[in-house]
Amino acid sequence: MATAVQTVERETYLNNGYSLQSWLLTRDHKRIAILYLISITAMFFVGGFFAMLIRLELLTPAGDLVTSDTYNKLFTMHGIVMVFFFLIPSVPAVLGNFCIPLMVGAKDLAFPRINLLSWYLYIIGAIFALVSMTLGGVDTGWTFYTPFSTHYSNTHVVGVALGIFIAGFSSILTGLNFIVTIHRMRAPGLTWTRLPLFCWSHYATSIIMILGTPVIAITLLLVALERLLHIGVFNPALGGDPVLFQHLFWFYSHPAVYIMILPGMGVISEVVTCFSHKRVFGYEFVALASIAIAVLGFLVWAHHMFVAGISVYAALVFSLLSYFVAIPSAVKVFNWTATLYKGSVRYDTPMLYAFGFIGLFTMGGLTGVFLASLGIDVHVTDTYFVVAHFHYVMVGGMVMAYMAGLHFWWPKMTGKLYPEGWAKLSALLVFVGFNLTFFPQFVLGYMGMPRRYHAYPPEFQVLNVMSTAGASVLAVGYVLPMIYFVWSMRYGEDAGPNPWNAVGLEWMTPSPPPTYNFEETPIVTWEAYDYEHLPEHDEEVAVGH
Amino acid sequence: MWKNLPLFPDQASSIAIQVDGLYAFLIAVSAFFTLLIFALIFVFAVKFRKAAHPKAEQIEGSLPLELTWTLIPLGISMIFFAWGALIYFQQARPPRGAMEVYGVGKQWMWKFEHETGQREINSLHVPLGRDVRVILSSQDVIHSFYVPAFRVKTDALPGRYTSTWFRPTKVGTYHLFCAEYCGTEHSGMIGEVVVMEPVAYQAWLAAGGASASLASNGKELFTQLGCATCHRTDTQGRGPNLVGVYGKPVQLNDGRTVMADENYIRESITNPQAKIVAGFQPIMPTFQGQVTEESLGALVSYVKSLSQPQQKAEGGAPAVATSTSN
Amino acid sequence: MATSDIEIAEHALQHHFADMDQQRETTTFGMWLFLLTEIMFFGGLFCAYLVYRATYYQAFVEGSQAMNIWLGATNTAVLICSSLTMALGVRCAQTDQRKLMVILLVITMLFGLAFLGIKAIEYHEHWTHHQFPGPNFSFPEAEQNGVNPQNVEIYFSLYWAMTGLHALHMVIGVGLVLWITIVGARGLFSADYYAPVENVGLYWHFVDLVWIYLFPLLYLISKKHGG
Repeated sequence: MATAVQTVERETYLNNGYSLQSWLLTRDHKRIAILYLISITAMFFVGGFFAMLIRLELLTPAGDLVTSDTYNKLFTMHGIVMVFFFLIPSVPAVLGNFCIPLMVGAKDLAFPRINLLSWYLYIIGAIFALVSMTLGGVDTGWTFYTPFSTHYSNTHVVGVALGIFIAGFSSILTGLNFIVTIHRMRAPGLTWTRLPLFCWSHYATSIIMILGTPVIAITLLLVALERLLHIGVFNPALGGDPVLFQHLFWFYSHPAVYIMILPGMGVISEVVTCFSHKRVFGYEFVALASIAIAVLGFLVWAHHMFVAGISVYAALVFSLLSYFVAIPSAVKVFNWTATLYKGSVRYDTPMLYAFGFIGLFTMGGLTGVFLASLGIDVHVTDTYFVVAHFHYVMVGGMVMAYMAGLHFWWPKMTGKLYPEGWAKLSALLVFVGFNLTFFPQFVLGYMGMPRRYHAYPPEFQVLNVMSTAGASVLAVGYVLPMIYFVWSMRYGEDAGPNPWNAVGLEWMTPSPPPTYNFEETPIVTWEAYDYEHLPEHDEEVAVGH
Repeated sequence: MWKNLPLFPDQASSIAIQVDGLYAFLIAVSAFFTLLIFALIFVFAVKFRKAAHPKAEQIEGSLPLELTWTLIPLGISMIFFAWGALIYFQQARPPRGAMEVYGVGKQWMWKFEHETGQREINSLHVPLGRDVRVILSSQDVIHSFYVPAFRVKTDALPGRYTSTWFRPTKVGTYHLFCAEYCGTEHSGMIGEVVVMEPVAYQAWLAAGGASASLASNGKELFTQLGCATCHRTDTQGRGPNLVGVYGKPVQLNDGRTVMADENYIRESITNPQAKIVAGFQPIMPTFQGQVTEESLGALVSYVKSLSQPQQKAEGGAPAVATSTSN
Repeated sequence: MATSDIEIAEHALQHHFADMDQQRETTTFGMWLFLLTEIMFFGGLFCAYLVYRATYYQAFVEGSQAMNIWLGATNTAVLICSSLTMALGVRCAQTDQRKLMVILLVITMLFGLAFLGIKAIEYHEHWTHHQFPGPNFSFPEAEQNGVNPQNVEIYFSLYWAMTGLHALHMVIGVGLVLWITIVGARGLFSADYYAPVENVGLYWHFVDLVWIYLFPLLYLISKKHGG
């Protein structure tokens, strides 16, 4: 809590050493989270830059802004950067790293040095990818389908594939750290059913990270080996099967989308409970839904391949399973909505983003249900319908959840409050801009506009122009937080330990927290989201527990 | 009615209406649930805002409610699944007697060859009301044959056949897109499907200047490449007799039984050692690299014609192979 | 100077753990999870292997004929013995038998290097016989036996990829055992603190286990089916 004059500055993780070395060799999960924050923000704007060029090109039906090859590189690199270097690490590596040890009452994650290693692997992977992109880029699509990526593309496939490979190990190590931490480092009294749902979500995410990521690692390694050394199993000329590549690729890349959404769902659980000032509706169901999504998510990969030449029977099975995986997400949406009922709702920025998430994720998830339907998928797969679907869940969903989480925990991480007015404006711009950008794309897709098209027939232009207009609004909505967050670090109002009046161990320690998180290891005697007994918690904070 | 509302492509095939029907149903149900969620959030957020409702009521949950909103979506999903599957079965199974066209995708164009021998590049003429089956393959990377107006899409793979079918129900010219990213001119790999009245189509065929049918081209190749040497129609051949092979199960020397479909015939030409017919030796050499996609199509068409009881409507394809003893 | 075992163990206790028990259980759990990821990593290759073996069985038979079963079997025996010495080494760490532990770890490393040496010999053989995939690949025996040599090239792609990845893990393993041996010789481990030895042991056993699968799958494909 900020007092008027302090003779000795309170030790926090931020002022515990100012040298570059103290940051680059830190073992503190909070500093590593900040390192990730800076890195992934940079990558977000790199990916966003590519998106801007794509949308500018698509203003006109002819391919007149950039060449075809350049355009193909743009959408490839947009996808790779956004998926592997922004979305997958975003919430786990920034908010998960920062909050999970605090939430479980531990001094750090189970393996602090491995945590730092995971950041370095991310950076090295990003450097591989960025250098390859600077030297000429890659044009295979983020999906690297063979034999185009192995035998026909003349771009820096190996460099980028290796970059993703290395970044994949960053992901695996993060997941490993989280699982072990949640199992072994919980404070006394913190049973599994008292864990914040943010931890449950990250636990489920981590299961996917450690089981799925190695598969894409080996798959991309095989692509690199095929290009470099001609060790080839995807080459049709040898009898190799390009569809096998797709199976191996999607075996990870489908669960990967759950890596990308589950942490966001965890954020939403925290935000909705806090700003309704009540426990979540159906705690066990939301927790188990996370696990169900992780498990079922591994069983549906070939729904990306319905027209790729798989058998009718395989298609039926994967379609059926894809419906099953949709159900737990629906359950969560209903539970969050029910949490609002008879709550005491506040409209702070995190909550606005949470509202946006629930609405847009519902739309995105439902359009996934369209895609799971075989008869429809034949028509809309590989079109802008799919592009719209995944942007709804990933941008309307995950990025909004990330923004919600950033705003929610910003006071904890920095000890400062961001300016609420500007934040609300940005949230509104994001919501409006997003819908204007991506809703027209559903229509475009059903009309038949394929994806990854540099030039298109003129009848698709009006909707494309709408989409680009929306994108410019969306861009403003993303740039504003950059400005006001940075501004708040110097000029923002001091936040106390618990500016939101939330329940959770992370709110029972000062903002920013000291390096070792807690003066004494807390002993947990209350249920999750125990908003009923919040005043007693505030007392404990005052006493210094 | 939909002409002025550019939300749907033309409905130009027999399956298009069904696909659009399911789509409309999905939209209706999705809109319902979306609006429901939006409304509930709005109502709850306003009615229970802090100013109006300062004390939150701590509600644990409700098992009946959880079961309800698990089982109802599950039930509705099963309707979506079943309906979609039924349409898909139709999409996946061409009716008997469908007219066949071989389509080859290559960077960056489509090449079609009708059974009667007409070749087209980036366009495909088809008759109204006939079932048309397109047998697809690729010369290089994966492409995808997509006609939005027909609501059909199937990838064209290198090294293997895939197929799709449609029955055009409306005269006109419709977009043909490549829907699987394939390199530089992926978006330039656009063609058109021209649906013509049957009479006009016959006229187009006649004017096409095709010299010989696909199957007769295949027969020529069959002789040129020496296939006839081993694949005799008597029992003396070192290779199996191919009359009547297509469409029937084949017993292999390792005990497996496989269906002799187009892919089996194709593989027998490009990688004959992969499957050896029971009772024969693995002596057939591979022709990979010696035959183009078009030639493969011709050969496959020829072997298929050896299983046809009578001549087809377009004429030209010899019905039964005459024994060629060398 | 003569720090007791307990003092060393306490020094090894990392600040964020409550006690050595928690640290040991946590690090061991972490190693098991890591090995799980390794199973998935190799799993992709095994999956590709299964698919192509089913599709081109005869070609796999032919490729397998080119393997030297004696060298492969020797390597299998070498690795199994190395796992034995590794396990005994862990036991020694747990029971404060430092000298014996160092000896056993050194023998483990020697076994590991022997494995790599034999593998190098095999690789050299295959290389000089043009059995490496790519433009110089040649496998005349295939045509003689009615098998498409290009399908045999797929077998060899998997052979080199799978054994190569395994050999890389062996090299890392030898490095890890070397590290354990050096710090162990300096007296870092005792009955109070032996988790690193145990965890390296787990890794070593895993790499051994992968080979136990690779050997029959690559070397022992029988001619039984057809032909």
